[in-house]
Amino acid sequence: MSSGSGSLSRYIAIRILLVIPMMWVLLTLVFFLLRVAPGDPVSAAFGGKLSEDALDVRRHNLGIDRPLIVQYLEYLGQVAHFDFGKTISDNRPVLDLVRDNGGATLTLTLGAFLFAIVVGLPLGRLAGRYRDSWGDIVIRIFGVLTYAAPIFWVGIMLVLLVVKLFPSWPTSGMASPITIFTVQPKTHILLLDAIFSGDGTAISDVLKHHVLPCFTLGLLLSGVIIRLVRVNVIQAMKGDYVEAARARGISERAVVRRHAFRNALVAVVTVIGLQVAATLAGAILTERTFNWPGLGTQLVKYILARDYIAVQGLVTFFALIVVLTSVTVDIINGLIDPRVRY
Amino acid sequence: MTDIVDERVDPVNMPGDVVLEARDLRVWYATDRGPVRAVDGVSFELHEGEILGLVGESGCGKSTLGRGLIGLLPEGSARDGELRFRGTDMLTLKPREQHAMRGRDLGMIFQEPLTRLNPLMRISEHFAETLKTHDKSISKAEIERRSLDVLRVMGIPPTRFHAYPHEFSGGMRQRLMIALTLVLRPPFVVADEPTTALDVLVEAQIIRILHDLRANYRTALLLITHNLGIIAEACDRVAVMYAGEIVEIGDAREVFSRPKHPYTRELLRSTISLRTTGLNFIEGAPPDLVEPPPGCHFHPRCPDAMKVCATRHPVEREHAGGSRAQCWAADFKDGLAADVPESERAPLNREEISVADEA
Ligand SMILES: Nc1ncnc2c1ncn2[C@@H]1O[C@H](COP(=O)(O)OP(=O)(O)OP(=O)(O)O)[C@@H](O)[C@H]1O
Ligand code: SF4
Ligand SMILES: [Mg+2]
Repeated sequence: MSSGSGSLSRYIAIRILLVIPMMWVLLTLVFFLLRVAPGDPVSAAFGGKLSEDALDVRRHNLGIDRPLIVQYLEYLGQVAHFDFGKTISDNRPVLDLVRDNGGATLTLTLGAFLFAIVVGLPLGRLAGRYRDSWGDIVIRIFGVLTYAAPIFWVGIMLVLLVVKLFPSWPTSGMASPITIFTVQPKTHILLLDAIFSGDGTAISDVLKHHVLPCFTLGLLLSGVIIRLVRVNVIQAMKGDYVEAARARGISERAVVRRHAFRNALVAVVTVIGLQVAATLAGAILTERTFNWPGLGTQLVKYILARDYIAVQGLVTFFALIVVLTSVTVDIINGLIDPRVRY
Repeated sequence: MTDIVDERVDPVNMPGDVVLEARDLRVWYATDRGPVRAVDGVSFELHEGEILGLVGESGCGKSTLGRGLIGLLPEGSARDGELRFRGTDMLTLKPREQHAMRGRDLGMIFQEPLTRLNPLMRISEHFAETLKTHDKSISKAEIERRSLDVLRVMGIPPTRFHAYPHEFSGGMRQRLMIALTLVLRPPFVVADEPTTALDVLVEAQIIRILHDLRANYRTALLLITHNLGIIAEACDRVAVMYAGEIVEIGDAREVFSRPKHPYTRELLRSTISLRTTGLNFIEGAPPDLVEPPPGCHFHPRCPDAMKVCATRHPVEREHAGGSRAQCWAADFKDGLAADVPESERAPLNREEISVADEA
């Protein structure tokens, strides 16, 4: 269909291959950063309770007294076989951790993204098109406030408000105990499991629990997207091709939609991709605020325990998501913009 | 009813009709320092199949005039005067009606072909969008037929119809832009320095294409350029612009061989040709258009300036050979403007020029 489709598939293949070196760099960074940080899992767990000699024995059993480079190579070898090891503090395979808690983080962040995009794209476009109008000013203030407000505070305020107005609305956790008990875990993504069970009350219960956390996290993101879309629409409206389109009598609506907005999207998609890292950070805070059983909650727990293996595994998993998004963004950009080809 | 273009009178059978007529046209830009009078009372007419060249130094208002004619002005600008397209004063139309005329009746070709096409849209999409805008019911087959027709005239092979803009060279993109303008068959087209960004060989090719428009489409063309050679080669008439005004307009050969206005003369002398030995230039720079000099706008720089020039604005008059010019010296030479007393005809001396400059 496309005259450049041959080079497009090549471009996509290269992007996907690039995941490997990117992940390697990230793995290495995570590995060494954790090791240079003060404290180790053994002293965090048993410090003061056991003698220095007993601690050393435990360190030796864990293998963390060996030279760093040996541990590093061993770790790389394990990762190459998709083995992320077991946590030190409670001896669970890291992959189980990701499987059991990843779904909650996934639906939280996806929900937040969805909200942010549905709200942010049209508002940003409106503000950009009617620049300096009243609407633009209101939208801009909204954008700055949502971006600047601390997530904890927004979450707590929302909870207080909701408790006051709709006392029965859930403000904590991902589902009521009864739902968790009745829904069969198949995919380990509670929302999907509830949908597969076909149980209407369970679905609505899970969805209701998602609303506040997704809204809180999404609000933060939507501020970023609004500002981004606005600036890029304004920039694109100054484009020579926009003026040329007007000179051909193309209606202003079509000029904004087909010319300015589409070109603005190229930049927006890239930056939205970069926002994934920030969103994951925000997700950790959101999970804490709403008692959400996701990876962020787990991560905080294992950091406090100085559990190298667990933190390393979880952070690697987060990094993998960031890298995969960045590849997806590159591919989307390649699809939107015919100039992006190798 | 379905085809806007065929609805109109067939231009070939009515040669020489006036397509566009400007009377005392003014265009201002609002700025912090006050209005910039970029086009300051311009009158001329343009006939079917005629090419009018527009020359003048940088900043004298050529692009503003060109854009003003098709209503493509930025926010914070205003138009005044009369601007008739086939008899209708466009300045009295509603913005919607003015917008609808763009593309269909009034076309524009820009200077920078590289950035004028949407990089995300195929050439075919550009054509489809343009044609559909002006004829909602046009069929796919008709879009393709008409687009390929005009592309063929521009020497773009039909195999490239679905390509993206970045797959074309600068010269080809300018031909695409011309095709995209002409596919709607507008009776009037402004070409604002269409070849400045291109190399010399491509320039000659584009100029030939524009020159052939009059035969192929009976288009009336306003060709803005810095290059007097292009005017001599391609234009029937030429208008010389200075500080927002047309100071001389007439048959291109007449204006070039017997310039009436000192500015035209100096402009001609300052162009490089095979015969030039030294390079002439006009002393000084064009005036600030927020507050142009009193009297003749050119008087601070004019070698022929007289006393009257510093106080009274010259009137546009027809001169021997048929050119129209606004200049006291040209008037006196042709025995016009008898009301100006002899004492006013003495050369303006330097002190008075600098005093007038400060005024
Ligand atoms: N958008 C604008 N706002 C304010 N002033 C403007 C604007 N556009 C142009 N001008 C001013 O109007 C005057 C005429 O500009 P214009 O672009 O029409 O000149 P030009 O003859 O086309 O010059 P060039 O040969 O450099 O293209 C200049 O003094 C310029 O500074
Ligand atoms: S009117 Fe006077 S100043 Fe102006 S161009 Fe003619 S001679 Fe020169
Ligand atoms: Mg210009």
